Amino acid sequence: MIISPKNMQRGVVSILTAATAITVLILIFIIFFILEKGLPVLSLNFLTTNPQDMGKSGGIFPTIIGTILLPAIALLIAIPLGIFTSVYLCEYTKETIITKIIRFATDCLAGIPSIIFGLFGYIFFVNTLEMGWSILSGGLTLAVMVLPTIIRTSEEAIRSVPQIYRQVSFSLGASRWQTVKKVVLPNALPGIVTGVMLSIGRSIGETAAVIFTAGSSLRIPTSLFDSVRTMSVHFYILAREGLSNQNAYGTAAALIIAVLIINILAYWTMHRFIAKRN
Amino acid sequence: MANKIEIENFSVYWNAERYLNSISLEVKMNEILGIIGPSGSGKTTFLRSINRMNELETGFKHEGLLSMDGNDIYSPDTDVVLLRKKIGIVFAMPVPLPMSIYENVVYGVRLSGIRNKQKLDELVERSLTEAYLWNEVKDRLNISGLRLSGGQQQRLCLARVLAMEPEVILLDEPTSGLDPISTAKIEDALNELKSKYTIILVTNNTKQAARVADRTGFFLMGDLIEIGDTRKVFTSPVKKETDDYITGRFG
Ligand SMILES: Nc1ncnc2c1ncn2[C@@H]1O[C@H](COP(=O)(O)OP(=O)(O)O)[C@@H](O)[C@H]1O
Ligand SMILES: [Mg+2]
Repeated sequence: MIISPKNMQRGVVSILTAATAITVLILIFIIFFILEKGLPVLSLNFLTTNPQDMGKSGGIFPTIIGTILLPAIALLIAIPLGIFTSVYLCEYTKETIITKIIRFATDCLAGIPSIIFGLFGYIFFVNTLEMGWSILSGGLTLAVMVLPTIIRTSEEAIRSVPQIYRQVSFSLGASRWQTVKKVVLPNALPGIVTGVMLSIGRSIGETAAVIFTAGSSLRIPTSLFDSVRTMSVHFYILAREGLSNQNAYGTAAALIIAVLIINILAYWTMHRFIAKRN
Repeated sequence: MANKIEIENFSVYWNAERYLNSISLEVKMNEILGIIGPSGSGKTTFLRSINRMNELETGFKHEGLLSMDGNDIYSPDTDVVLLRKKIGIVFAMPVPLPMSIYENVVYGVRLSGIRNKQKLDELVERSLTEAYLWNEVKDRLNISGLRLSGGQQQRLCLARVLAMEPEVILLDEPTSGLDPISTAKIEDALNELKSKYTIILVTNNTKQAARVADRTGFFLMGDLIEIGDTRKVFTSPVKKETDDYITGRFG
């Protein structure tokens, strides 16, 4: 049977439309579902008080601290390290078999399940380096986990900056580093920010890698070597142990809203930066 | 007149294949040297050898001598960054950096550590004036350089080279994509600039060389066929190839 180009076109368009519609619907459904169950629980009180009775009642204050600290440490380490690595790979080395191997290895690392990173963090940071279940172990583990993503997205972004800009910069007497600083990085910024945002999302939502390395203490931490519980771990424990579905949904709703706010802020900052430059 | 640049038996290889064959010539202080020749004859390669832009590409190799004020440009002791500040280049395609007109002009001097706002302002006005662009942009120095027309962009590229107060200016077919009015403005600018700078102008337009160059060299397939006073090269060339080229019988 031969399908006419016109019908083919129609078929393709309907499939693409349907795929997009399904994706959007699933997304809306998930968010709606969680917000519907979680929003009634959310209140200032819920966010600012300590949990009672393992979390059956009371608020989620300590887990908010954990959720802020762990990704903050992870990003503080992974962002500079990742960007410098990708700058080095793109701007300071010639394309060789070694850079290809590094790139392949980074791709592989980016695809490894997070629980493996959790196991690695447990063996290396918690035990070998004797950091114990702590904010530091968890933050470092998350840093290792998001590093490949940051490197790869930054690399793509840096590579997409037109070669001619570098030539112009060199021709005006710029050194390589000055060229990177004044031309390459500012123009690669939107791509880099995308990678960073993906990483923020991943590290905020991460459960497996965190529960093995930061533990699940509900006390308010006083040092980087204290154990801490993040919102996602809290949600996981509440739901799995059947402690309080209501509080579990409340935590999930807070988590989703936090991720949304961070993404919106990041986009906003980036657009302001770009607008200022042009 | 003293020689600014001396070139002796200079050859260039791209990926082990020779594209410039033992070129020898001098560029005199404060002259405009025109370089003409059909495309692919090695004009760009020649020009970019002078400020060592070629070595940013892979597969570049050179032989022979290239010196400015008697100093070997390819000596291991040469500071390439400093060299490129002394020898500015305007490319065939106008490529403003994606930043404001003002920032484009001061890009090079900022790198040299000049921060004084008043000094920078003066430099911007002087360079844009010298490039015949000031009047068109003086009220909108903060808009992106990318928003100018092609002809204005190319003059911006010239201004940002002038701002660095180089000694030599290389121009690689700077008017190849421009309308006649923009072309005339750039030619006028060059005529005034030669009192301060030494200029090498590669051009695909032989008439342009006849209009603005003091001396003209003709390149063909990697060879320098002939070089001499522009009037002489255009009216009574020594070589038949030159005659064929300027009368349009080939190329
Ligand atoms: N970066 C490069 N790598 C390899 N070959 C090159 C490179 N640049 C120029 N060439 C070769 O050198 C020859 C001369 O080119 P070019 O100098 O651009 O000539 P023109 O400017 O006179 O048109 C061309 O055949 C071109 O393919
Ligand atoms: Mg050329």
